[in-house]
Amino acid sequence: MQSIRQNHLPDALPDFRNLGVISRILLSVNALALLFAVARSREIGEFAVKVTEIAGSLEPVLLAAVVVLYAVSPLLERLDYVQGLAAVFAIVLAASAALFPLQTYIGGSDEFRDLAWNLLCSASATAVVAWYFHLRNRAFSPAISEARLQALQARIRPHFLFNSLNAVLSLIRKDPKRAEGALEDLAELFRTVMADNRQLVALRDEVSLCRQYLNLEQLRLGERLRVEWRLDPAADDGLVPPMFLQPLVENAVYHGIEPGIEPGLIEVRVERRSDRLWLQLTNPYHPDYQHRQGNHMALANIRERLQLHFDVEASLNTRIADGRYEIGIAMPYRTGP
Amino acid sequence: MSPIRVVIVDDEQPARNRLRELLEDCRSDLPHAVAGEAANGVQGLQLVAAADADVVLVDIHMPEMSGIEFARHLQVLERPPAVIFVTAHDRYAIEAFEVNAVDYLTKPVRAVRLLTALKKAASGARLSRGVLESIDPAPRRHFSVAERGRVTLVPVSEVIYLMAELKYLTLRTREREHLVEESLTQVEQEFSGVFVRVHRNCLVARRLIRGFERGVETEGEVGWSVVLEGLEEKLPVSRRQWPQVKSLGSGK
Repeated sequence: MQSIRQNHLPDALPDFRNLGVISRILLSVNALALLFAVARSREIGEFAVKVTEIAGSLEPVLLAAVVVLYAVSPLLERLDYVQGLAAVFAIVLAASAALFPLQTYIGGSDEFRDLAWNLLCSASATAVVAWYFHLRNRAFSPAISEARLQALQARIRPHFLFNSLNAVLSLIRKDPKRAEGALEDLAELFRTVMADNRQLVALRDEVSLCRQYLNLEQLRLGERLRVEWRLDPAADDGLVPPMFLQPLVENAVYHGIEPGIEPGLIEVRVERRSDRLWLQLTNPYHPDYQHRQGNHMALANIRERLQLHFDVEASLNTRIADGRYEIGIAMPYRTGP
Repeated sequence: MSPIRVVIVDDEQPARNRLRELLEDCRSDLPHAVAGEAANGVQGLQLVAAADADVVLVDIHMPEMSGIEFARHLQVLERPPAVIFVTAHDRYAIEAFEVNAVDYLTKPVRAVRLLTALKKAASGARLSRGVLESIDPAPRRHFSVAERGRVTLVPVSEVIYLMAELKYLTLRTREREHLVEESLTQVEQEFSGVFVRVHRNCLVARRLIRGFERGVETEGEVGWSVVLEGLEEKLPVSRRQWPQVKSLGSGK
């Protein structure tokens, strides 16, 4: 939590249990091996031979290192960046050394007969990959604040603010108590909107924020707005990007409830299945009102934030089924420290 | 002078309540009576006609019929009321109002602004049809027909064909015919995706075209006529329109 006020995220090791990170490591190391093979070949025929040779020596070490890193990932997270980096180097070199006897055994190429040479190759590959993740981290930390700013603009529609204020004004003379409650909800909502929203929050908090928002909408839409929550208590502690559900609920009201005269139902369903969090939001679909702007921006925004937080392990899909618009989100279930 | 008669049209109950309160606050400066309120444009039209209102306060952002379309239908009345638009936040509409000097109020509405707008409306400032069309060129969802001091709305989706006759259009639905005061060319432009011209004086609903038949022989040539769902009558297709039309009924 100490990083909240900093402009850049501090350097941190990547999450070795993330599918995106694992595939990035595998791909980049293999790409390096190909480059190495190209550099070492004098003609095209030789290239294929080199690739096979290098692969024979490289892949066992690479896979072993990835598996070990996966296993010790929770331990690595407790170290600071420099210690963690040292630990990663140690793991890779150890894997390389441990598997070295295998090299001579399967006969590999002459090039990898020397232990020192082997260790040097492993160390430089690790350095390059570490450098790559360092740069990626640097490149994405401004993106997170950028996304945050963008989100700030997209989150609460001015339309909502002015309509809510108007609804509160209509209560002040006749029902001052309700007006007070509504202003408190509004204040709470804007406190969250204006907060620094880069850290993940518990799903429970995001849900209560959405309820406050819906209270305000209920005030002006009355019985036209019906909401059904199907929450899974086992998912309450799951960490989610802040303000990721509220804009979707707001969209559901804007595109699903406001264009209809008849009452409409918004349904939110949350479920935890082992280490995954599933979320489904549906609302009535009005094909005639699709020209109303704003929907795609909010969706793109949330998709981007999910990706920044969870890489390829999170997904957001939309579809239209049985006259209802449906958004499905899946992400890893994680809890706070 | 009798007090002016005001009608409120807004889909949100609290917004209607608020306008009533503000009107109350203005009453000492400008005598008026609230003739009623409606939650949507369709009810609003009947209310305005029945109450013979002088001024309508109308929200722009409403389900089924926008405030702008509502105001367009009002213009078929013999004595259309003055319209004051109310909007929470609609950048595009506000720009258009500014350009066309149309009166509007932003929510939350201030009593002072409301009073100014009411005084202006009471003095007889009226909208023109053209202005409303330029503010929101999106096609309407209804045609409006003035009948015995009422506004009858015909959903665009129920119209089978439109036929030009002198200065009127005959508008044919499954049940009956209506006369509307519009021009065929303008209807063709507004609803280009919905209707297609089959003849100099006739537009038909694209989605109802079921096919074409060899028509009767006229002036020595056999022409085509179009078969429309829900209609016994076959309408002639002119030789000029035939090339544009002939592919439409196929494959359905």
